[in-house]
Amino acid sequence: MLGSLGHAMAREFIALMRDPGSRRILLAAPVFQLVVFSYAATMEIHNADLGVINADGGRWSRELLQRLEAASFVESLVPVASTAQLDELIERRQILLAVHFPADFSRRIEAGQPGQLQMIVDGRRANAGQVAFSYIRTIAADLQMELAETRTDIRPPPQVVVRHRFNPNLQYRRFILPAMVATLAMLPTMLISSLSIARDRELGTFEQLLVSPLTSLQIIFGKLLPAVFSGLFSSLLILTLVVFAFQVPMTGNLLLLFTSLVVFVFAVAGIGLAVSACCSTQQQALLGMFALVVPMMLTSGFLTPVDNMPDYMRYLAQMNPLKHILVIVLGSFLKSMSAMEILANLWPMLVISLGTLGGAVLIVRHRVG
Amino acid sequence: MNRRRLRALLTKEMWQVLRDPSTLIIAFVLPPILLLLLARAVSLDVEEVPMGLVQEGDGAHTRSLAAAYRASPWLEVTAARHRWELERDLVNGRLMVLVVIPADFDARLNSPQGGARVQIISDGSEPNSANFGTSYARGVFNNWLAQQPGNHVLPMFELQPRFWFNPELESRRVLVSGSIALVMTIIGTLLTAMVIAREWERGTMEALLATSTSTAEILLSKLLPYFCLAILAVLGCTFMAEVVYGTPLRGSLAVLLLISTAFLAAALGQGLLISTLSRNQFHAAELAVMTGFLPALILSGFVFEIQSMPEPVQWLTQLVPARYLVSSLQTVYLVGDVWADLWPNLLAMLLLGGLLFALTFAFSRGRLD
Repeated sequence: MLGSLGHAMAREFIALMRDPGSRRILLAAPVFQLVVFSYAATMEIHNADLGVINADGGRWSRELLQRLEAASFVESLVPVASTAQLDELIERRQILLAVHFPADFSRRIEAGQPGQLQMIVDGRRANAGQVAFSYIRTIAADLQMELAETRTDIRPPPQVVVRHRFNPNLQYRRFILPAMVATLAMLPTMLISSLSIARDRELGTFEQLLVSPLTSLQIIFGKLLPAVFSGLFSSLLILTLVVFAFQVPMTGNLLLLFTSLVVFVFAVAGIGLAVSACCSTQQQALLGMFALVVPMMLTSGFLTPVDNMPDYMRYLAQMNPLKHILVIVLGSFLKSMSAMEILANLWPMLVISLGTLGGAVLIVRHRVG
Repeated sequence: MNRRRLRALLTKEMWQVLRDPSTLIIAFVLPPILLLLLARAVSLDVEEVPMGLVQEGDGAHTRSLAAAYRASPWLEVTAARHRWELERDLVNGRLMVLVVIPADFDARLNSPQGGARVQIISDGSEPNSANFGTSYARGVFNNWLAQQPGNHVLPMFELQPRFWFNPELESRRVLVSGSIALVMTIIGTLLTAMVIAREWERGTMEALLATSTSTAEILLSKLLPYFCLAILAVLGCTFMAEVVYGTPLRGSLAVLLLISTAFLAAALGQGLLISTLSRNQFHAAELAVMTGFLPALILSGFVFEIQSMPEPVQWLTQLVPARYLVSSLQTVYLVGDVWADLWPNLLAMLLLGGLLFALTFAFSRGRLD
């Protein structure tokens, strides 16, 4: 049986690698994507242009403005003279938000009242606006804390001490780069596996496979393994780059991570094969794959946190192998995740791979041609 | 151009589209599912942050602060008496933030030395959520502090954010534009590339070229149906967004269609170019995903803010048609027909379309193999 399986695998490999264009893409794409997307994908705010309406001009507005200008996320402060100009600047996306100091700002603060600072944010870029707002709030809070510490007439006020575990400077790269190890591996795996059976059906060579001495299990495995190897190759390539070129420290167990990646790739390839088994043309298989990949990416926690989702979506997310591998990858890189925790996230992926592969075998057996 | 021949070709294409359920699913079923996911599941707004509250002491102030945390609608609180009980949940991702009120909190508050501290420990592996979670936890503390009698320092600054165009800060308003961009990329680039590549793969393109139809007629007959399908999908999305999700189009429908047409000029051009460069479906699919879909997801400004990206990457996004689409859709949906913002985007998309068609022409001269 293994001899025939070897032949089945060899056939699939040759078919995959024969096209030089295909080879080039499979090798170069993960690297290119990693570099470009890891720099592009950031939830931090940089290079922000802020508008300033300063009706006050007093000590405290100047102090705050000085700090804003010096802040790393601010590119420039644009003085705004009128409401019309404000409209224009925001509509044309020339500023992300404008800060408005009313005329009594410094006076109120001197009198012991909170100075009211209005921020007008471009709601089209709501998330960026909120992050920028939180940065500004931190700057204001830091200013206040500094001043409070220098005052001797009152005792030191109660304070909050913030510590970010696993990623002390909250560098977004330490999240996105490990996440890419899994996400960028998923795409070629799914692409190859979902097109595999459908391509044979479309070109008419599937019937030849069925009349050969290969069993359905061997056929499925033969199609599975190139997808799995391609996915593993991508993920290992990216893993190496992330650890050595981008220097994201790995605090967990490499062997466990590798094992988890293997299971993940099998699960994803299984899903692709199940899709392929149901489709008669490559177009159908590709679109079917898309109909799954896009929701998978959206519900995995890669783009937005799983916690934000309503409960029923969270249950659906349990069937998404990308969600589980992200927990494992992030845990292995940043949190020195223990074997028990990893196992807790591993078994759902095992179930998914067995389920989808079993399903694919059954569908192939029952659908001839 | 012979109209009779064109009509015949268009009829053939239309029948092919109607007979293949996968095309119709992508055009009419995927957009609603995507909208559903983006409206309900995916939220960039962090709402109920899972928070652990460690109440080490029993004093009045401690209890009052703990009650303030439990009462907050933004936080979902799990309480404990000791730090170690909840720290593991920070590692396995069940808690986003841990707030520790130490045993000496009351003592320090009541003593003249002051210096009471509350610790906020966040899970830094998801920086965006950690930022929000910490911000909320800090906010609850500051509000509680402001209400305490005694000579505590009032907050110096009161920040009042106002989000123009999107006052309730519903991220779904912004995500609608993103989902349209994704769907149009899938139909306009991916599907088109595959359809034409399929004709090359099966050899039917040669047959077509051997007939008396001109190349222009063949191409037009291939691009026109998918253009119409994409426009229908856009209209469907708009209708759904307005009726089901209550996010009405603030601009005019005519402008929306104009933007869509300009984008499709570029997207179809890209699909055409891909199918010219890769004469088989698998290859075309790979290229379409890597150069069409992934940039539309990551480099278009849909999820990640373009201005925050490093300069070289920002330059790269200028080559991504989806970037201009997302920007103009956000304006049309949330603001209105702001021509000052829309003209540059429209022009860019048309220019890119022209460039892509020109490249296609350059590559397909005299190639019939």
